Amino acid sequence: MLACAKSCANLLFGPVLAFAGTKPMRPVAATDPKPLPSTIVRDDEGALVQAAKSGDLAAFEELVNRYERRIFRLTMHITQNREDAEDATQDAFLKSFKNLEGFEGGSRFYTWLVRIAVNEALMRLRKRRPNVVSLDEPIEAEEDLIPKQIKDWGPTPEQRFANSELNSILSNAISELEPAYRTVFLLRDTEQLSTEETAKMLGISEAAVKSRLLRARLKLRQKLGRVLERSATA
Amino acid sequence: MNCRGVIRELSEYLNGDLDRATLSDLEVHLARCEDCRLVVDTTRKTIEIFCKAEPVPLPEDVRGRLHKALFQRINGKPS
Repeated sequence: MLACAKSCANLLFGPVLAFAGTKPMRPVAATDPKPLPSTIVRDDEGALVQAAKSGDLAAFEELVNRYERRIFRLTMHITQNREDAEDATQDAFLKSFKNLEGFEGGSRFYTWLVRIAVNEALMRLRKRRPNVVSLDEPIEAEEDLIPKQIKDWGPTPEQRFANSELNSILSNAISELEPAYRTVFLLRDTEQLSTEETAKMLGISEAAVKSRLLRARLKLRQKLGRVLERSATA
Repeated sequence: MNCRGVIRELSEYLNGDLDRATLSDLEVHLARCEDCRLVVDTTRKTIEIFCKAEPVPLPEDVRGRLHKALFQRINGKPS
């Protein structure tokens, strides 16, 4: 893939442009290139990061191509605002590039990128709606946790819905969650960060992460249940 | 353990983080409580559905703006 990224660069990139820093850089795409068919973490991530560190912008662009969907979905879920999500995604990639020298490789590049993107998204969420959005946990009684709808869901959603339709159902369910629950669920379950990492990133205790995760999971279960039970009996 | 106890321990159970004694209590309850089995099963499915969902491609306009702005800024040009 690295070789592909490098060879594709010849086709995608225009004349050599001066980089703002001191290190001479390879040509950079200034316009929208064709997306490379890559969206998931693969074994060559380390090689791409090393190449990007040494100034290979084609390698960095391959990392952008690979993770832009997931990072945009994450920032969109957190901010619930398309403009903020675009800005947060752009700044997350830019900051990751500018700080690549300091990236030790102790964690995966994608995990590191997620941390940056979450910070960018949370900053915009707080800025846009400081009086409405609180990352403090809503006060809810334990009674609220007890599931009220208990039915089997039937066939798996993947068998019943197209990918875009399923994504829309999931996005709606996430958007209805309170921000305090939403962010914990996204970090812990969809991005697979540890309880400790999530607590540090959000500035809350590990006990709070666990409590919020439980509530988020149960609320999402209830929301998905409404759709899945309905479509199973339709 | 009763149904409330199962709900309280649900996340840790699904994470595989329960100690042996609590796990045993919970599984004894699950063996005889269909409602709790359904709640555990559908909560597990909820997590799996979110984890497995592939993100849809970025809309072309969003992707175009991202790449243009990003690489202009990397090159030190105003976006």
